[in-house]
Amino acid sequence: MKSTLIIVFSVAIGLLASVPLIAHHTGSTLLSETTVTLKGVVKTWLWSNPHCLLTLEVKGADGQVVQWVVEAQAPNSIYPAGYRKNSFSPGDQVTVTVNPVANGRPYGRIAHVVLADGTTLGGDGARGRGAAAQ
Amino acid sequence: MVDRFRVLMAGLFGAALVFPVHAFTQNSPTQTWPDPVPNRPPVAEKDKKPAPRRTLVGVWGSRLGNQAKGVQLRPNDGSPESELPYTPYGRQLYESHKALEGVDAVPPARTNDPRAFCEPLGFPRYNHYDLGVQIFQDEYKVAILYHYDNRWRVIWTDGRSFPKLLDGGVEIDGQYREQRFFGYSVGRWVDDYTLEVQTVGTMPEDRVWLDNTGRPISDQVRITETFRRLDYDTLEWSETIDDPKVYTRPWQAMKIPMTLQDPRTDVLTRYCSPYEIDAYNKAYGDSASGK
Repeated sequence: MKSTLIIVFSVAIGLLASVPLIAHHTGSTLLSETTVTLKGVVKTWLWSNPHCLLTLEVKGADGQVVQWVVEAQAPNSIYPAGYRKNSFSPGDQVTVTVNPVANGRPYGRIAHVVLADGTTLGGDGARGRGAAAQ
Repeated sequence: MVDRFRVLMAGLFGAALVFPVHAFTQNSPTQTWPDPVPNRPPVAEKDKKPAPRRTLVGVWGSRLGNQAKGVQLRPNDGSPESELPYTPYGRQLYESHKALEGVDAVPPARTNDPRAFCEPLGFPRYNHYDLGVQIFQDEYKVAILYHYDNRWRVIWTDGRSFPKLLDGGVEIDGQYREQRFFGYSVGRWVDDYTLEVQTVGTMPEDRVWLDNTGRPISDQVRITETFRRLDYDTLEWSETIDDPKVYTRPWQAMKIPMTLQDPRTDVLTRYCSPYEIDAYNKAYGDSASGK
């Protein structure tokens, strides 16, 4: 069952413009070209190759809690965008914009993250098939 | 008094513009292990210094990111320009490759990319993925250390003969030698600022790909690279593929302006670990693929 997601427009132009964006390599059969924004609580943050993984619990409007697992690139790729091994701790409140997987499961690729203190962490860069590498 | 104060502030401001903060310095003064800054922007024209002669030494990075869409000059994005001059065999090979990136990408659980199983990328694919290098050299050779997967290769510049490409290997000084993931590279300085490198003897097409999007490369390829030191901070790295087994004509794959980085940089390693690949698939890849 999918929880209802709240769509929020976050502005992170300043940060995203100041760091080089990593080309987004969405597979046409894996990721949706739309984005969704998740507000949730961090469960785990895995700082590892080949992809860093953020697990968070998202409560929908219906009160159901869904666990999402969303990925970023490898540590050395997302380091310039501000991510660190200790960027997230269990219990942190975060807002994550993702390209969800096309099969409807609660998985996806991080576009960017806004922490509770308002800090924005750049993400995977350009979205969608055919987007220019940056 | 006010005018003098304004002149002073204007002067200080102007000095800050004219004399740039050291381009490497994005760390605190107390940091003894400088953070990696792989995306240092190109140096402004007015700050450029002359290129040193016959040296490629340094830590070099680019702003390309990980080149997930394929080779720099011909990304695999479905555009007409991205279509490569395949031979029939080359196209057959491409269609058999289930890549994780590019216009024909598949979910993680369905890939047959050797990289997903931590096989060495092989040359020239190391040029087309997450490119960042350290270069050292002496009177005999240039050694390139690739940041991705901590791999290295040697380019001989001591005037030795170029190997003869055979089926399944190379011939050197009358002896048959094996194929290698980085092949055999010989370079020569065509002028004081340009090193031209030829490589043959790479691995066959069932072991390596050309890029992340599944483009093929065979063991009959001859790769030509040029390293041009444009100025002190800029190294232009070009590559041309000549592989008659899979492509009908030579074509240029890359021409990347690399920027000199802080030589003290502690580069984040990126090994391919089968353990970590397995953990990723269990935590994300399999479910995201619908497995």
